[in-house]
Amino acid sequence: MIAELGLAALWLAAALAALQLVAAWLGQRAGGETLARVVRPAAVMQALLCGLAFLMLLWTFARTDLSVALVVENSGSDAPMIYKIAAAWGNHEGSMLLWITIMALAGGLIALIEHRLPEKTMLATLGAQAFVGLGFYAFIVFASNPFTRVAMPPADGNGLNPALQDIGLAMHPPTLYCGYVGLSIAFSFAVGALLTRQVTPDFARVMRPWILGAWIFLTLGITAGSYWSYYELGWGGWWFWDPVENASLMPWLAATALLHSASVLASRDALRTWTIMLGVIAFSMSMIGTFLVRSGILTSVHAFAVDPTRGTFILVLLAINIGGALALFAARAGTIAEGERFSPLSREGALVINNVTLCAVLGIVLVGTLYPLLTEAFGLRVSVGPPYFNPVSMVFVTPMLMVLAIGPLLRWRRDSFARVRAPVLLAAAAALIALLGLWLLAGMALLPLLGLTLAAGVAVSAFMPLRGRSLKRLPLSVWGMAISHFGIAVALFGMSVDTAFTVEKLTAAGVGETVAVGPWQVRLTSVEPVAGPNWTSLAGRLSASYRGGPAHELAPQSRTFWARPQTTAESALLTRWNGQLYTVIGEETQDGRWQLRLWWKPFVTFIWLGGMLIGLGGLLALIGRVASDLRRRAAARKIAARQADVAEVPR
Amino acid sequence: MKGVRWSLWVLVAFAALVGLFALQLSRPKHDQVESTMIGQPVPQFALGAAVPELPGLSSADLANGQPHLLNIFASWCIPCAAEAPQLAALKGQGAPIVAVAIRDRTNDLEDFFQRYGNPFSRVGKDDTSRIQFLIGSSGVPETFVIDGKGIIRHQHIGEIRPEDIPNLMNRLKEAGA
Repeated sequence: MIAELGLAALWLAAALAALQLVAAWLGQRAGGETLARVVRPAAVMQALLCGLAFLMLLWTFARTDLSVALVVENSGSDAPMIYKIAAAWGNHEGSMLLWITIMALAGGLIALIEHRLPEKTMLATLGAQAFVGLGFYAFIVFASNPFTRVAMPPADGNGLNPALQDIGLAMHPPTLYCGYVGLSIAFSFAVGALLTRQVTPDFARVMRPWILGAWIFLTLGITAGSYWSYYELGWGGWWFWDPVENASLMPWLAATALLHSASVLASRDALRTWTIMLGVIAFSMSMIGTFLVRSGILTSVHAFAVDPTRGTFILVLLAINIGGALALFAARAGTIAEGERFSPLSREGALVINNVTLCAVLGIVLVGTLYPLLTEAFGLRVSVGPPYFNPVSMVFVTPMLMVLAIGPLLRWRRDSFARVRAPVLLAAAAALIALLGLWLLAGMALLPLLGLTLAAGVAVSAFMPLRGRSLKRLPLSVWGMAISHFGIAVALFGMSVDTAFTVEKLTAAGVGETVAVGPWQVRLTSVEPVAGPNWTSLAGRLSASYRGGPAHELAPQSRTFWARPQTTAESALLTRWNGQLYTVIGEETQDGRWQLRLWWKPFVTFIWLGGMLIGLGGLLALIGRVASDLRRRAAARKIAARQADVAEVPR
Repeated sequence: MKGVRWSLWVLVAFAALVGLFALQLSRPKHDQVESTMIGQPVPQFALGAAVPELPGLSSADLANGQPHLLNIFASWCIPCAAEAPQLAALKGQGAPIVAVAIRDRTNDLEDFFQRYGNPFSRVGKDDTSRIQFLIGSSGVPETFVIDGKGIIRHQHIGEIRPEDIPNLMNRLKEAGA
């Protein structure tokens, strides 16, 4: 019954999306006012029904309902409850339902609370949202139904994918989806604004919290995904330029650009068409990413259930949504009046450079990701890796970060260099000192050297916009900007130091032997079998001491799962403030010794610390924006009430 | 109207992208990675005997003027057991077959030969997958056709099915010509 209830709720939600689309379309016409009133309630109902469908899916997974095909394929009765529930979205069908659920909830929220834009623009926006949503509903009910029953329920399910039995990974897809979906809202607003030719600062203000929210989720999703692959895959690397990683990085780059150009539009009424274009591009990157991951046309370390029919379906959705929006843009862009003008040396000017360089990096990542696909069309198989991505993207990241150091100090519209000379020179001096110091002390490769230099400059300049302002009265959004920019410096510092100074040791050690790696002495004390709920493993006991200090215990495991047989390396990490000791135990060699892989990775944690700071800055900015919106709304209500009072006073 | 023109270019680029995606989606996916060593001589190696009753294998044994089939296998590999009748059939048609056992134990190999037969004239023991790596094989089982000068002529990835036998015999004949 539960599965049928879920499917029924899903169909009803799809029907309401269709109603929302038609009503929004016809409601725009003269005499369509009655229909137009249906749009917002339809969006809210759609959200509730879709939420219900998703809850039903969670329920079938929580009680391991083995009459549902998806549960049989992706879960088992022996898994811990938290992973049973997470298994609901750890597969294609469930994750698509999660996607449409988040999208419907966001659409319902807009319909409920957003009243700042002209009603016609809102109708067009909700109509666009319903249009995008309908495509996904069709995809789910026709090509990826999560509620399909099996004729003969088996005694137990196939078990969970061992790699997914990890809390970090369980939360990874929902986080990224929140990001993707937030960009779909920005897309709908952009289409709504284009359709009604209402590209105004108000439009940017309404769109901005959604971009910020999406951007925070993407930032955290990428950061968490990077840390997950770092400790779970046991390779000691934190970014592989893998197509699936790039699929999450590209929307982030586009969203970062969109966030900054929307700021310009909101504050200065400039960059109108450009902001619309970025709104379309940001969501198209989410869809291209989804397509690349789900269709399996690129080879990746991420194994998803790959199916060409699904790929075709997503490709058609991609072509309709994005192709349609681009065609609309081509038709309408010429009719949108040019915004305010500004001089090149101004806050707007710096933000334009930020946008151009971000888009250049986006283009580099896109080309690098798709290049193997292109050459394959001509019968040549290649793979593109760090030797392309790192130096080529650095060509644009370098000027971007230099402008990042200066831009926030500049005034809107027009500024003079003389006014910002002192802080700019200070930042440049910090960078120069870092450059010279590193060059003299340690012979370093060019890229990490450049990275550390830029990190020093950005770190010093990040807090300069706070100079001379009352810290108490400073808006939260300015704090957010400073913290995010500082986070970039912190992450860049971690990446550069890790690249330049990591020490790696691959060796076979007998029990009782000691291995040196960097400043550490690591002793293999014992190797013992350990049993878990659905796995058995061999755990090595390591005793590590830093520069002759007290010994710390580590226990890396080589773990074998028996429900879905597979062996995974469970690395063990020891974190100090200045880096991590990373240990992996492998197979037993013939002479009774054990393969050990040890890394000393100085300051590697700063990469994710920086990522979290970037996200935290975004969160502060979001809270600040929403709070000031609410205050403004309360004030407007008060004024309206007072005016009503005045009007009621008899003359 | 300048805005319109550049946005048209974006639209064209997007159409090209969708076209590329559609093209790649419609093609069958080749997940097999072919060896880049085809057409090149077998790298120098010398492996000890895997089982006491047969000699080991070295690159010199492969360049003795006679074309060979080189089977990369292991006793722990189930498809390798599945292809045993086909290897026996190839031997029956006169193909000289030598083999490299990957990460294997002598006892297990003897069990394997007892159960599925032994079509090989030489079996080298590769405990570190080094030879497999050198020759450009990405898994077991794989079968290479090597000509009398020790040059790799053809690679068969995965188990040999009955319908593959004529092709392998032809390749072997071509290598001998």
